[in-house]
Amino acid sequence: MERDEIIKKFSPSLDNILFILHALQDNNPQNYLSKDDIRVCAEYLNVPYSYVHSVASFYTMFSLKPRGRNIIRLCDSPPCHLMGSGSLLEYLKESLNINVGETTEDGFFTLELTSCLGVCGVAPAMMINDEMFGNLTPEKVNAILDMRRKS
Amino acid sequence: MIKAMINNTEIEVPEGTTILAAAKKANINIPTLCYHPDLIPGGQCGICVVEIEGIPGLKRSCMTPIGEGWKVHTHTPRIMATRKQLLDLILSNHDTDCLTCIKNNNCELQGLAATLGINSIEYQKMEEKLPVDNTSVSIVRNPNKCIFCGRCIQVCSNIQSVNALAVNNRGYESAVTTAFDAGLGNSPCVNCGQCVVHCPVGALYEQSHIEDVWRAIHDPDLFVVVQEAPAVRVMLGEEFGMEPGSLVTGKMHAALRRLNFDAVLETNFTADLTIMEEGVELVSRLKSGKNLPLITSCSPGWIKFMETFYHTLIPHMSTAKSPQQMFGAIAKTYYAERMGIPPEKIVSVSIMPCTAKKFEAKRPEMRASGYQDVDYVLTTREIGRMMREAGIDLREMPDEPADDIMGEYTGAATIFGATGGVMEAALRSAYFLITGRELEQLEITPVRGLKGIKEAEVDIDGVKIKIAVAHSLGNARRLLDRVVEQLKNEGRSEYQFIEVMACPGGCVGGGGQSWGSNMAKRARRGEALYNEDRSLPYRRSHENPSIKAIYEKFLGSPNSEKAHKLLHTRYFKRSPIDGKIIDGENTTERR
Repeated sequence: MERDEIIKKFSPSLDNILFILHALQDNNPQNYLSKDDIRVCAEYLNVPYSYVHSVASFYTMFSLKPRGRNIIRLCDSPPCHLMGSGSLLEYLKESLNINVGETTEDGFFTLELTSCLGVCGVAPAMMINDEMFGNLTPEKVNAILDMRRKS
Repeated sequence: MIKAMINNTEIEVPEGTTILAAAKKANINIPTLCYHPDLIPGGQCGICVVEIEGIPGLKRSCMTPIGEGWKVHTHTPRIMATRKQLLDLILSNHDTDCLTCIKNNNCELQGLAATLGINSIEYQKMEEKLPVDNTSVSIVRNPNKCIFCGRCIQVCSNIQSVNALAVNNRGYESAVTTAFDAGLGNSPCVNCGQCVVHCPVGALYEQSHIEDVWRAIHDPDLFVVVQEAPAVRVMLGEEFGMEPGSLVTGKMHAALRRLNFDAVLETNFTADLTIMEEGVELVSRLKSGKNLPLITSCSPGWIKFMETFYHTLIPHMSTAKSPQQMFGAIAKTYYAERMGIPPEKIVSVSIMPCTAKKFEAKRPEMRASGYQDVDYVLTTREIGRMMREAGIDLREMPDEPADDIMGEYTGAATIFGATGGVMEAALRSAYFLITGRELEQLEITPVRGLKGIKEAEVDIDGVKIKIAVAHSLGNARRLLDRVVEQLKNEGRSEYQFIEVMACPGGCVGGGGQSWGSNMAKRARRGEALYNEDRSLPYRRSHENPSIKAIYEKFLGSPNSEKAHKLLHTRYFKRSPIDGKIIDGENTTERR
């Protein structure tokens, strides 16, 4: 969809800035807010470009750098940590051959950490885009990644 | 009125007075760091905390209005320990290489460390060095010196409405930068330098041309000419400990001569020239009724702001160059010719109260002489540094005149440095050009002073013209939004002539002025310029004998073909994202 179409779903009020930025980021095939996304939002809300950038850079759910199609958010809050998210992180880094904050060469995966996802009962947990996965083991992670690669 | 006690001293102050201001009245000095008298206190640093009996926790005195019956303590052991700890935390993340810092001896952080008796930094130093932003031709930003006081952001956003700087990212990684960290040179920054003037530390300063100027002066083959802007003569004294508003014109000429400049000339001479060109432009527009209001074009910060945010007003802009650029074009043509010096041997240096002038001098269209018209631009601070380095104390200098044939000036030129001055000077000559008679009441007081937007009606032989003066770009925005609206809806504006200066107070408040400036000092400098105006033999630009001579011997008449080629310019449309020219065709030539 064109940016203009997306943005018109919201009224041009500063209260909507986060909704607009989320919609623009979701629309971007590389899962991030480009300079054009920031510019379009600033023009629509009639606020300075630097202001919109400042807001977008503050919130961790926005990225200002291109990301993969699938964003892995591994929980690193204490319950998941106790249940072994640390070694899962090492496993993910190794099997994807990237560090936290980086994207695989094929543009499939970006690896990020997140604070508590609220599903401590199934720790360790992670999200891929909007989907939740719990009771993770290296084998399970492997199967999930494979499935994502095929879909 | 509110009665309270501060350190056992009884005080009575109007309601709403902050503890900081109330204490000051009782001669109690509470240390501050992020506080600046011209800005809204943000309470970022916490250094000014005080204790109030019966109220738990410490309060920031800069932003807490004092309450009835309060008992305030400003220097208890608890407060002194807190202040030291806060400062310690700032210093742990600050590049404390003071000896090589531009702010050495002028730094508010350094001063505070001395005041609070810091003799060691308790916390472990963070040694990460961030890259210095050198993208702008006017202003350098060193993030390693930044202490997050927020003054630059407040002045850039609220006072100037430019919004080049913001706090980006969060937590430990937060930084005062431009969007996407693109650098000031790739942002809407208009180079006004108000961030530089308001920075308490060495995080923002001008791109220095000092080394280039020394090299030129020491090269025997080169003929180095220097021009000094009107506002410099009332602020240079402060670099040598003189009172704000000391008029040092003669001493300045003498000191520049002792620095071995080959000719000490005057920007004021070309300020008179600007009035001749702009005055004729005003008269012709008033007669034709086209492209009114005419808007002044002397302030390069304002020019870039206009190109970025108000490019629809380009046809209204005066095409007359600023005095600095007129000087540059004339020095390498008329002066070179008359003095028999090859223009390629001339190095043209300007002393400006301004950082945006550095950008203006480098604009590619500013080469009317066939060379870069103005080679180097020094701020008032830089020339102060050069004089000190050369062992010159301005206070000890005799009074000397400027050199011929570009040194003579009128009172109309010297008031260019204060807000409203260009307007006043232009009207003095426009009146003569229209009526053939001299304006009797020379001083147009409604356009003087520090009110943000000033308006007046002037009667020229029964024809009333409405004028407006704005200083600081935030005020300019308020005025111009009205003008743009009027032009859109009615096809005409209520004003015929508008003066805009980018900096609060005009050039006397420029980005190149001495460190530690405030509006009170700016006002005193402006007053000094009006005093010089009253003391000069000629007070109207068209009476200047050297101006008469240049038209007679070289230019012909104002707005002649030659004058147009050398003294007029054009403007471009710029992007509000990166400040770059986006539409090469949307420019104006003459008229």
